Amino acid sequence: MTTTSINPLGPGFEVPGREERYRDSFQRTLRDELNRDENVYVMGEDVAGGPGREDQGIIDSWGGPFAATKGLIQDFGAQRIVDTPISEAGFLGAAIGSALTGLRPVVDLMYFDFIGVAMDQIISNASKSRYMFGGQTRIPLTMFARSGGGTGHAAQHSSNFYSILAHLPGIKVVVPSDPYSVRGLLAASIRDDDPVMVCNHKKLINLTGFVPDEEYIIELGKGRLTRVGTDVTLVGMSWTTEVCNNAADQLAKEGISAEVVDLLSLSPLDEEIFLNSVAKTNKVVIVDEDSPRASMASEVSAVIAEKAFDLLDAPIKRVTGPHTPVPYSRDLENLFLPNEADVIATTKKLLGE
Amino acid sequence: MAVPQEKLSWMYETMYRIRRFEERLLEETAKGNAMGVAHTSDGEEAGPTGICAHLKDTDWISSTHRGHGHCIAKGLDTKGMMAEIFGRATGLCKGKGGSMHIADFSKGMLGANAIVGAGIPLAVGAAFTHKYKKTDGVAVAFFGDGATNQGVFHESVNLASVFNLPVIFACENNGYAQSTSVEYAVPVKDIADRAASYAIPGVVVDGMDALAVYEAAGEAIARARAGEGPTLLEMKTYRYHGHFHADIPHTYRHQEEEDIWLAKDPIPAFEKTVGEQGLMKASEFKAIRDAIEEEIEGAVKFAIESPMPDPEELYTDVYVNYSNPVQGLR
Repeated sequence: MTTTSINPLGPGFEVPGREERYRDSFQRTLRDELNRDENVYVMGEDVAGGPGREDQGIIDSWGGPFAATKGLIQDFGAQRIVDTPISEAGFLGAAIGSALTGLRPVVDLMYFDFIGVAMDQIISNASKSRYMFGGQTRIPLTMFARSGGGTGHAAQHSSNFYSILAHLPGIKVVVPSDPYSVRGLLAASIRDDDPVMVCNHKKLINLTGFVPDEEYIIELGKGRLTRVGTDVTLVGMSWTTEVCNNAADQLAKEGISAEVVDLLSLSPLDEEIFLNSVAKTNKVVIVDEDSPRASMASEVSAVIAEKAFDLLDAPIKRVTGPHTPVPYSRDLENLFLPNEADVIATTKKLLGE
Repeated sequence: MAVPQEKLSWMYETMYRIRRFEERLLEETAKGNAMGVAHTSDGEEAGPTGICAHLKDTDWISSTHRGHGHCIAKGLDTKGMMAEIFGRATGLCKGKGGSMHIADFSKGMLGANAIVGAGIPLAVGAAFTHKYKKTDGVAVAFFGDGATNQGVFHESVNLASVFNLPVIFACENNGYAQSTSVEYAVPVKDIADRAASYAIPGVVVDGMDALAVYEAAGEAIARARAGEGPTLLEMKTYRYHGHFHADIPHTYRHQEEEDIWLAKDPIPAFEKTVGEQGLMKASEFKAIRDAIEEEIEGAVKFAIESPMPDPEELYTDVYVNYSNPVQGLR
């Protein structure tokens, strides 16, 4: 068992492993945690599908969007893979109640936007119970949802407003960016004694990447470098880490050395890793798919302005979605999403090229 | 249902403890000793008393902004409660929760919850834990009439029915959601009627009669412990004071109505019934009352003399572990 924030893409990461899709890495980790601790259970809409039809030979249908939990009920049974009515506030509240009384629920909220339906339970119970009860209790709750645009799911199934959750004292938020990080962060979240939201970006779910065979967790609140460079710092989170990596690779071909900071956690936030990077490059572009007002890009920008102003050779730049909902039509949706070309253009402008 | 002798004196003691706690709290609030707002439950003592008489420390309850009665009936220490409401370090929540967030997990008390209806699913989750761990434990969600208009009430009852959980939905219908009457805001005759939508029993009981509540709750709790699922138990009751300490209820309800309910005061009613049956003597009632007076005075004194929380307490208990704590920016 290791705690690691090692970059699996860099030199020295010569461990046995496999190429695996993000979704498979996610489910393998969930299975490992279900095996590891009998108090871990999964709850949500359609986490199995077809409950109550066992007498008709139906025990699993689709396991939620992107088949996140498909097949789990066959191995862990209906007591631990708990399909619910469509009642986000009700079942998230019940999950919190079960966490307060000794279980470790993993709740599938399906699409990230649906947290709105359950928001009171997150704001008033999950985030505050420990504090307002004077530390008497723990809330070992893990929530996960499919976030982000780029898949034609339109305005109510494509949001990325994770800054709203990161704003709440008592809640932790993680944003894995590849099959390696989702394994380490999901395991850490389930074992953590605080409520954690795991955002699985829809554009990452079918991507393949290297995943070590050994069991590991990634410490919550630690970012990582996915590219090492000297000319500019690109800060990514969730899908935009992939965007930053691709942009950095293209910039490298033009002789620009970009360092990419992958935040991995939004709360706690690893200030040190991006402040150290800015100390080296003196220039920063923060890339966030969310709308810009009061966003994570704003928060990272504020921390840099407050703590590293003297180290900056140029203004802090943010590359974000616009202050609009996510549109449906593909061309409009592509316009909404920050892409590699946007990051490259902003970086070159910043460097005066 | 015959009530064991020791339960009878416990019920009288519990109701009187709630009554005097609330009355003394209002006095101390008026003097400025208790901080913040106080939502008192005097008049409603029979409900939590009749229900909690059946519960053990391993059974759970969730509660509301009007939660002092639930806390006391579940066995929470009145010193720790009073100190909590006085914002002291010796409070049950170290002074960080106050009147509307009193909790004691060691007593099976999941915390008072000041978002109307928000505590209901927590009790469903606690009942889920009992079922998951195959115990015979139960959970009780206390809430008012107003909470039954919240979506999360309906979601919670539906969920408990679908999962067949050992939970009792204990509705204290005191006639008013703050100042809005239940006749105006609830279209069904009895709140218990709402159980029909979820295919669970809905029971109406006189919430001013501790013995009637004891009997009805006993049946519901026995069913829950036997794995026969949830019950919605509606107690018709009345809040003798306003919504909170500074509310003057005569702006929205008449003296005539208050007089009707004052005549049903659950404490003298209990004395009369139990006394007439020869189950407890007048001297026993008096001895209990005297002991409670002393206890509540002791609780007030303890609270007043207790220290305020350390400034450091502002920052603790947000998380179990947090690698990069954030202080306020000044």
